[in-house]
Amino acid sequence: MKNIQDILKERILVLDGAMGTMIQQYKFTEEDYRGERFKDWGQPLQGNNDLLSLTQPEAIKEIHGKYFDAGADIAETNTFSGTTIAMEDYGMEDLVYELNYESAKIAKEVADEYTAKNPDKPRFVAGSIGPTNRTASMSPDVNDPGYRAVTFDDLRIAYKQQTEALLDGGADILLVETVFDTLNAKAALFAIEEVKKERGIDVPIMVSGTITDASGRTLSGQTAEAFLVSISHIPMLSVGFNCALGANQLTPHLEVLANKAEFNVSAHPNAGLPNAFGEYDETPEQMAEQIKEFLDKSLINIIGGCCGTTPAHIKAIADLAAEYKPRILVGS
Amino acid sequence: MSNNPSTVQDKRFLKLSGLEPMIVNENSNFINVGERTNVAGSRKFLRLIKEEKFDEALDIARHQVEGGAQVIDINMDDGLIDGKEAMVRYLNLIMAEPDIARVPIMIDSSKWEILEAGLQVVQGKCVVNSISLKEGEEKFIHEATLIKRYGAAVIVMAFDEVGQADNYERRIEIAERSYRVLVDKVGFASEDIIFDLNIFPVATGMDEHKLNAIDFIEATRWVRENLPNCSVSGGVSNVSFSFRGNNPVREAMHSVFLFHAIKAGMNMGIVNPTMLEVYDDIPKDLLERVEDVILNRRDDATERLLDFAETVKGTGKKESGQDLSWREEPLQARITRALVKGIDQFIVEDVEQARQEADKPIQVIEGHLMTGMNVVGDLFGEGKMFLPQVVKSARVMKKAVAYLLPYIEEEKLKHPKVEGASENAGKILMATVKGDVHDIGKNIVSVVLACNNYEIVDLGVMVPPEKIIETAITENVDAIGLSGLITPSLDEMVYLAKEMQRKNFTVPLLIGGATTSKAHTAVKIDPQYEGSVVHVNDASRAVTVVGDLLKPDTKEAYIKSVKEDYDVFRESFLKRTKKKEYLSIKDARANRYQIDWKTSEIVKPNQLGIQIIENQDLNELVDYIDWSPFFRSWDLHGKYPDILEDKVVGEQAKELFADAKEMLDQLLEEKWLTGKAIFGLFEANTIDVDDIEVSLDGEYKATFRTLRQQLKKYKGKPNFALADFIAPKATGKQDYMGCFCVSTGFGTAEKAKEFEEKLDDYNSIMVKALADRLAEAYAEYLHKEVRMTHWGYAANEGLTNEELIKETYKGIRPAPGYPACPDHLEKLTIWDILKVDDKIGVELTESMAMWPAASVSGYYFGNEEARYFGLGKIKEDQVKDFANRKSIDLDYASKWLSPNIADD
Repeated sequence: MKNIQDILKERILVLDGAMGTMIQQYKFTEEDYRGERFKDWGQPLQGNNDLLSLTQPEAIKEIHGKYFDAGADIAETNTFSGTTIAMEDYGMEDLVYELNYESAKIAKEVADEYTAKNPDKPRFVAGSIGPTNRTASMSPDVNDPGYRAVTFDDLRIAYKQQTEALLDGGADILLVETVFDTLNAKAALFAIEEVKKERGIDVPIMVSGTITDASGRTLSGQTAEAFLVSISHIPMLSVGFNCALGANQLTPHLEVLANKAEFNVSAHPNAGLPNAFGEYDETPEQMAEQIKEFLDKSLINIIGGCCGTTPAHIKAIADLAAEYKPRILVGS
Repeated sequence: MSNNPSTVQDKRFLKLSGLEPMIVNENSNFINVGERTNVAGSRKFLRLIKEEKFDEALDIARHQVEGGAQVIDINMDDGLIDGKEAMVRYLNLIMAEPDIARVPIMIDSSKWEILEAGLQVVQGKCVVNSISLKEGEEKFIHEATLIKRYGAAVIVMAFDEVGQADNYERRIEIAERSYRVLVDKVGFASEDIIFDLNIFPVATGMDEHKLNAIDFIEATRWVRENLPNCSVSGGVSNVSFSFRGNNPVREAMHSVFLFHAIKAGMNMGIVNPTMLEVYDDIPKDLLERVEDVILNRRDDATERLLDFAETVKGTGKKESGQDLSWREEPLQARITRALVKGIDQFIVEDVEQARQEADKPIQVIEGHLMTGMNVVGDLFGEGKMFLPQVVKSARVMKKAVAYLLPYIEEEKLKHPKVEGASENAGKILMATVKGDVHDIGKNIVSVVLACNNYEIVDLGVMVPPEKIIETAITENVDAIGLSGLITPSLDEMVYLAKEMQRKNFTVPLLIGGATTSKAHTAVKIDPQYEGSVVHVNDASRAVTVVGDLLKPDTKEAYIKSVKEDYDVFRESFLKRTKKKEYLSIKDARANRYQIDWKTSEIVKPNQLGIQIIENQDLNELVDYIDWSPFFRSWDLHGKYPDILEDKVVGEQAKELFADAKEMLDQLLEEKWLTGKAIFGLFEANTIDVDDIEVSLDGEYKATFRTLRQQLKKYKGKPNFALADFIAPKATGKQDYMGCFCVSTGFGTAEKAKEFEEKLDDYNSIMVKALADRLAEAYAEYLHKEVRMTHWGYAANEGLTNEELIKETYKGIRPAPGYPACPDHLEKLTIWDILKVDDKIGVELTESMAMWPAASVSGYYFGNEEARYFGLGKIKEDQVKDFANRKSIDLDYASKWLSPNIADD
């Protein structure tokens, strides 16, 4: 199989779209989420999408397949909340290894299947490492700005466990994504470096931050460039932004990365901004139109979709991206 | 497979980040690292950290960032503090302050565990300060590997197993070895390596130190040429160590050193910007000698500089008889110099000459004098002059104007139509509000504004609102400035704003004084008045603010921006306060602080009853003076005695201190002031939880009503009231407390007026500031006497003055109107029991301010568990309860407690 670094020099790679949006279409009930294995679990489980890799693996497989059919090169594992910290809400801390392992395994099976069908377009699996639901740089208590609900070491240990399981399950890439607090991301990167060192391996790392609002900063207050500087100590496959904003609001921040980063640049925006009902209603055509701007400006090496995107969006994006050359890295 | 970028590009640059990036490339200027947030370098910072005054400690960081530090160095290495915990807490707090957190952090410690704890709480890319080969390669590699993984740059000291590098060869030997280990063995990014090549003093008289500077410079050059992409840093002031006390020479040495070191490639470091002379401005003869020393150009360089140093010693400080060469300069230069340096000796002579040369006397003010004052204004604005200097400048200005006035009047009579030719920048009414007697701050602001060509209408202290309104109309003023120190003054200001609105005023209202705040101004005053309301709490800002408010071209935009700023601030403030949780007074009482009265030691006072001290010998108080607030009253911030050596304000502080000591000596010698005191020690017990009943020989005297904290605390933390420190009646134990009033203010007003009549605001302010200090010293002294003798519970206490100021003794003396008991009305009870006004003549104004102003009153609590605390906000239920207990009207109680009542 061709090295992903080399492929990236030739063309823009396409990341898949939203997992959550696709899962919604199945309209799974509490019982569906529980399956047989967790039917007596003490807490409600509906909404624990990561769990579906264990209880509805066929659906997850199907979703990966649909995105590959649409033209995605990279599938993200269904593990956005796969840390002991995020799973605490469901009392499922002890299942974290299994959840990540199985999710990676499912995605890898589908990817291998598609690679075998068309060896000229190898498919990759990116282990999704979410931000958790706590912030290491900010206090949740307005009266005590010095308080922290989670420490670097808590995060490091949780991320290390997730990383090991994702790699064991077959992930080709690790994707630290939706970074709203750079310190959380640094803990994840620290954990990944530890695993790399212990196992004597190298693994491509993608990091994707989130600019939360029009202020142009991450939730923890950093500008796009400060975010880039803060994580550049790790050799990354790519750095980029996802979620929160739609494609058009993302342009100026991607420009910063495109001008400064010595790494590939990725983007997987939402399908526009949510409407009054919390739904994303940008059509595939509308989104592709926005993404055309990234491509016209040569900002991008990896492109995909986040909240609200579907295989139709990814197809529109993939078709468009095929017509463009990838961005040339700074300094090369 | 990793795209290791170092193969991609030859030249790589150090990049750091806070909330914003900082890139050090070939176009960057020298990077200045702020180092006041270092417990080893700043005693003030150390004290604040020890006392857990983190808010004030944050101000130091903020001040540095505002002052232009591009990186802030934070160091918590002190034997008496838990460095790791302090580092983490301080960094966590900094992260919540975007105006500080925008710059990168330098985590500074000699302990790895502190460095690592710091690295774990900062999201941006930091600098670790420092690691070295001192304890061998293994430790060095281990630490560097982790630093890399945490994503920080690192300062490497030129230090190895043998010792610290102290010559050229050792510096490059260690630097090269460190670099190779980092780059080759650790895989450290070369651009993330910063060498500290050890700056050592020169001209020490010892031959082995001669090469210290040049070796550093040459080693820097070698490092930058041979070790690609790394940076070189250092602490510059070390180089001039042997010339401590001779700032002209030190400043020149720093400039010369940096000039050459920067050329050689030093690109960052710790430099005090105020201790730098402009290289081109160094007199040629001094420059030559300094360069001889720094570059070691001749064998007798040190001797020659030493000799020369004698002649430049003290230039710019005391202009007295010695160096009068400036008298040879042209007239305007002489006048400007007299104003800038505050020398009034020759001003009349010079002004007379100017008057004779001018067509009209007014031109001397508008021309010569304003030219000079503009220089003063600019220097002050740039932070190159400090407040006491400006007040001295004003003294010279006033003297000059006073001399010219008769001529100007005469001229007016001759040519009535040119009347009013003097175009001032605007007329400002200044007043300390009704019921308040404190005017030091107001006078300073008046003087500074007057220096900037504003006409000041100063109504003095205790000015009723009607008078302010009336004067503002008759004088047609352009702005009104209100000042106040005690909390009731806040309400006066609100009232005045309402009145101004009612009378359809439009002129800007300026708010200042110790208890005022942006929050109070935005939330309580601004909404009352449609015109502009601005909170201005320091004299240096006053000039800019008034300028912006009155200049036609900036006025509209500025007024709009202030209104908007306050609207936003108010909104977020109100939102914030809503989030606080309070206990009902009942629950707060249940969560009171409980002393174990079974075991707690209660000492019966040796002398119960009331005692009066007339004619206190003020000489005895001098050792008890806490000088830090004195400097603060002059806008010089820092802790005494460190402030005298402070890099920014040290020179000015020394000068001010010398003037203060001189006046203090004279004041004591000539007995300008009289000190009096009255105090009483009584039997006391708590009743109904929050009240303290006081009696003497079994006869009821009075009841003190205390207020209790209501903010919901973390688990295990009590809600304090002062009553908690006195045994409840129900315990059956007889407890005791005291109260007191001291004053050193008798004579102050007269003396201040005397100075004012001589147009000497500097000394007028000085005498008031000294009287205030003496009153505080008296309170401290008397407290000690009470503890050791009159009450006698601490008969063996032997504390130094410093320990007293730090309040390490047992027992407290909280004052009504201050954080533990903000209710000023309680002063009435003290006055009632002690008959303070009858016995020693200290009176209370309608706002409960003490007159004379230099007075202190309060309670004595002797229990060893008694402590100071801040009441914080209280709720309506306690206000009602308090009004009931005191038998006063609820509205009246609400008015007095309003600064402490939580907004719902």
